[in-house]
Amino acid sequence: MYIDPHVHMVSRTTDDYERMALAGCVAITEPAFWAGYDRSTAQGFFDYFRTLTETEPARAAQYGIVHHTWLCINPKEAEDLGLAREVLSIIPDFLKRESVLGIGEIGLNKNSRNELKIFEEHVELAKSHDQMILIHTPHLEDKLKGTRIILDALENAGVDPGRVLVDHVEEHTVELVLDRGFWAGMTLYPDTKCTPQRAADIFEMYGQERIWINSAGDWGPSDPLAVPKCQQELRARGHIEEMIRKVSFDNPLKFLSQSGKFKTARGD
Amino acid sequence: MSREEHPCPLDPDKVIERYFLEHRAKLIDLAAFLDRIDRAGGDRDDFRIRTMMRGIRELATEEPGRARRVQEIFSDQSREPIDEAPMKGAMGAPEESAE
Repeated sequence: MYIDPHVHMVSRTTDDYERMALAGCVAITEPAFWAGYDRSTAQGFFDYFRTLTETEPARAAQYGIVHHTWLCINPKEAEDLGLAREVLSIIPDFLKRESVLGIGEIGLNKNSRNELKIFEEHVELAKSHDQMILIHTPHLEDKLKGTRIILDALENAGVDPGRVLVDHVEEHTVELVLDRGFWAGMTLYPDTKCTPQRAADIFEMYGQERIWINSAGDWGPSDPLAVPKCQQELRARGHIEEMIRKVSFDNPLKFLSQSGKFKTARGD
Repeated sequence: MSREEHPCPLDPDKVIERYFLEHRAKLIDLAAFLDRIDRAGGDRDDFRIRTMMRGIRELATEEPGRARRVQEIFSDQSREPIDEAPMKGAMGAPEESAE
């Protein structure tokens, strides 16, 4: 049994929902992200948010998986400040919907000034609507710098770190995130981010408090079954079932339940 | 913050037994990649390859924490936001790689 707390099912086939259910998935959360191209209007985002709050929950329910979402305009589309602010203005109405857990995945991509401005405006939106936050940290060479800037901005904004999950941590950023009181997510990817083996190493080095694993399955090279594969890696190393359940079910449940909206197919 | 470490439950011999072949193959892949660059007449002074060679040297050090240090070698160490995003993606290594 597991929760995949970060997966972009809009990019996946219905077969993947079935495979995830067969592997023990009982709930997922899907952050808003980049579609692989820049959307030209706020109406495009309105339609995307309807997909995330109407179409995907219905598709997931066919396989006994409860679907939740996070909303935002992602940092890859933040250079156009006018469009970004227009999208920000349509988010509050969606926050009232039953499956919306908060604002995400927001953060930085190339660590630019406009990305930072729009990130800070998202954080203010979350604060003013008492929403939880899911953070995207940049890729590869930009991750360390971006993580530092994001953590500073969050602290300057005075958000409660216990209601913020900073995702895509790796060996060089996990300690920065945990030491400042935030939750950390490890994304399991075939070529970039963490492999199941390295995620297991990080659990052994940094413990299992305030940390989870996710597949971030999307339209690129990724694996929607990455979480159960990491469970299997931990099992093969001899870790006890209690520990495996903690990082793949109990921890996501604890963090996400703060929203007051999260539930699993088991009724948790 | 102090944090309890949870050692890998596998015996040391089992760690090697379980992972050796996989990582032997990755090392040979890396060697073949460098050979491929040479055969193609590629630029061994490319910033990505220079950074990779720094990472390889880090592997030969004795102190634990190699993965973190290699990650830091592949990271942009500057602190200020840039004026404008030049692209959507990432190159995998900073263009200004400090030696």
